[in-house]
Amino acid sequence: MSNNFDVAIIGGGVVGCAIARELSRYKLRVVVLERAGDVARGTSGKNSGVVHTGINVPPGSVKARYNVAGAENFEEYCADLDVPFDRCGKVIVALKEEEVSGLQSLMTRGISMGIQDLEIIDRATLKRMEPNIEGVAALNVPTAAIACPYTLNIALAESSAAAGVVFMLETPVTGIRGEQGAFELTTPSGVVSSSLIVNSAGLFADKVARMVGVTRWRIWPCRGEYLILDKAKGDLVNSMVYPVPPKEGAGLGIHITPTTDGNIILGPSADYTSDGDDVRTTAKIRRQLLAEAFEFMPGFTARDVITAYSGMRPKLVPSSVGGFGDFVVEEVPEALGVMQLVGIESPGLTAAPAIAEDVADWARERIPAGENPKFVSRWSSVRRTREEELDVIDELVAEDPGYGEIMCRCEMITRREIVDSINNGLNATSLNAIKYRSRATMGRCQGGFCGPRIVELLIEHGGAPESLTLNGGGSWLFMGSTEDLRAERKTQRGRAK
Amino acid sequence: MASRELVDVAVIGGGPAGLAAAAEAKGEGAGRVVMFERDERVGGILPQQIHDGFGTKVFKEALTGPEYSAIYEARVNERGVETWLKTTVTDLSRDRVLTVRSNRGIQTIEAGAVVLAMGCRERTRGAIGTSGTRPAGVYTAGAVQYYMNVSNLAVGRKVVILGSGDIGLIMARRMILEGAEVVCVAEILPQPSGIAGNIVRCLEDFDIPLYLSTTVVEIHGKERVTGVTLAEVGPKMGEKKGTRRFIECDTLLLSVGLIPETELANGLGLSMSPMTNGAIVDDSFRTSVPGIFSCGNVLQVHDVVDYATLEAEKTGIAAATWAMTGKLPEPIIDINSGAGLRYALPAKISGNDAVDFTMRPWKEEHDKSVIFSSGGEVLRRLKMPHMEPAGMIRVRVGKGRFNHVVDNEITVELGE
Repeated sequence: MSNNFDVAIIGGGVVGCAIARELSRYKLRVVVLERAGDVARGTSGKNSGVVHTGINVPPGSVKARYNVAGAENFEEYCADLDVPFDRCGKVIVALKEEEVSGLQSLMTRGISMGIQDLEIIDRATLKRMEPNIEGVAALNVPTAAIACPYTLNIALAESSAAAGVVFMLETPVTGIRGEQGAFELTTPSGVVSSSLIVNSAGLFADKVARMVGVTRWRIWPCRGEYLILDKAKGDLVNSMVYPVPPKEGAGLGIHITPTTDGNIILGPSADYTSDGDDVRTTAKIRRQLLAEAFEFMPGFTARDVITAYSGMRPKLVPSSVGGFGDFVVEEVPEALGVMQLVGIESPGLTAAPAIAEDVADWARERIPAGENPKFVSRWSSVRRTREEELDVIDELVAEDPGYGEIMCRCEMITRREIVDSINNGLNATSLNAIKYRSRATMGRCQGGFCGPRIVELLIEHGGAPESLTLNGGGSWLFMGSTEDLRAERKTQRGRAK
Repeated sequence: MASRELVDVAVIGGGPAGLAAAAEAKGEGAGRVVMFERDERVGGILPQQIHDGFGTKVFKEALTGPEYSAIYEARVNERGVETWLKTTVTDLSRDRVLTVRSNRGIQTIEAGAVVLAMGCRERTRGAIGTSGTRPAGVYTAGAVQYYMNVSNLAVGRKVVILGSGDIGLIMARRMILEGAEVVCVAEILPQPSGIAGNIVRCLEDFDIPLYLSTTVVEIHGKERVTGVTLAEVGPKMGEKKGTRRFIECDTLLLSVGLIPETELANGLGLSMSPMTNGAIVDDSFRTSVPGIFSCGNVLQVHDVVDYATLEAEKTGIAAATWAMTGKLPEPIIDINSGAGLRYALPAKISGNDAVDFTMRPWKEEHDKSVIFSSGGEVLRRLKMPHMEPAGMIRVRVGKGRFNHVVDNEITVELGE
């Protein structure tokens, strides 16, 4: 593999991978450098999966422009990549009469932005739409939608890889030298040369900017914790349920969001932290999320929670300042040849396709290139069978009996889907790489049953036990075989004597 | 769709309960008995339980898990039960139509009687809400048992175990024997969750400390577990201030409870018990839906496999009888569980036969009696020197005692 590229994209989140896909339309040599063991492992893989209308961002902002442009064709964008999408709509619910005026100002803003079909509904209408939700009134936003954020991110990456984009995983960029046309990026796997750079490093975009001498930004990581409810409670809502946004604070408030897989997620909280990798979950926030969600949705209990996780927002405004921080999408004079994408927090998922178009145009203006015949217009990462009709499943099983063998019992994921996930085009081999591609281990048993069977398959496919990881890097799953451990202990005892 | 087949008794799950129910259903004379097992082997988790101690009640000798399982596997084969491996029941209706999926495709099965024997799953970190990072090295005890005993994989060198359930205790010993260091076992309750014998054989014999009223309040480590923070809890499970301490380890093993795997039956509208998280059944192990029976760990989490087997054998006979004749003794007597007991099963009985009641106490009790009474009269009183929540209480009440039942109601409780 040559280490000489036209465009080096730093960061394999949804924005970086959307750009990779957009660039894969052209005969350009593109590399994506990702520090983690897979794409979608940062902010992009851990969020609410909401395709925003734009109602929550100030009109005229960069955020608003990309949000509205991205949302416009998001459904087709997902369809091309076989990514689950559902225009389930959203209700912004006032729990108290005092909050109703907040709904009205949101509606006024939404209308000015051209958002369709907005209406304020009374308690009775809300109850008809959402029988399990409490509230005195709501703003109905029927065009809001959800998509599976990590499936999109992975599909963008894999379709780009199939078209020739190079993905270097576990490859953090530690330094950048040179200038436009001849950048040299230092990584643990050697120097990568590139004419242009896209800084889509998310939580670490400020550090990457500093590597090319741009010091004006600082990222303030803001953690958001979520709880996932068992699918058995998936019917409690039909649409997303949001509170009236708090005037102060870093987020949109705790919301109740259905996922495209039929779960409900509660969250996110908003806590600033000094470390963008500190995705811990806490007992305090768990209690807070449960209490706030109960106010809107009394029909569940803490026992319905199957797991918790945290995402991290790359904010450009510290908590002490508060308020609105806009997206940065620009090439700055002191670092020509570098497209800076900084502070891409919510609605970054929705905005990604539109940002990618602009960044691809920017790159092509600098490096003209013809069309790439290998561009993959329609892509499917893993053929899902869970929601297929029975006769379709029968046909699939006739084609490959592996489609009949369910390995992940909670999520009904077959052996074939897991094998397809193992054989992914990015060579991401961790247990989580398989989880995020197949959905296996995401159910109520959290891999208690299928985890060991997936490990057997990984070993069958050539993975040495001591090389298997949860997430790449040092997240080893096994120190080796039981024989290895006994031998190690024996040696230690021998030495002690 | 590929096919629609008729069976007399469909047994869902091929673990110890499913094996016993299927064998007895066939032995009772049911025509076609099919046992559906999603794994590639029968026995549930018995094949990974290579320690001995199984079978002491049924066979009066200590067998290993694989040995115990093999006996019942041979029995179902001899009697002519059809075992469908790698076959998952994906849907079950109130009128006993099953949709099953396997490498043969989709099949539809109409069953005369259905036995639910899906077993249970382990409670996870997410379910108990342990705070902290999400590194590799957090495993449930049953998964580790599979990794070590079936796949011969070593999950770590230095282990903390949360929860003193039996599988966790067994795994503590197993990990020591395999060369790992087990730092301690922490148990949030003031008493162990596993049976007393396992505390001695698996912890005390290996000098592994057991900290009661103690839990893991935080998991540390970004990539792999680097340690856990333990803290003591008060009577209401709240963390006691000033009791936090960090323990270095690379593995956290969870043995924090089992949950009946009832999800397949969720759509049936079965009456469920909030205490067992399983179905409410009568003394023929009938659920509230005609023709659907339940036994083993999907009905109530057992302490010893032998009793799951015995319960399932009765269930298999009842299911076969119902499938062949459409008749079973009508349950007319309600059983109420009273003071000191979390629950008592069955919840309804016919009174035509002796009944083996199973129950669990709320807390450890010494020298109390299990008392069955009706209309203020004691029907049966049995002195128990020791009872604990970790162990099931079993009491047989003979048929004759039910002659004195008043108003079709029996109360069972703990007393002097």
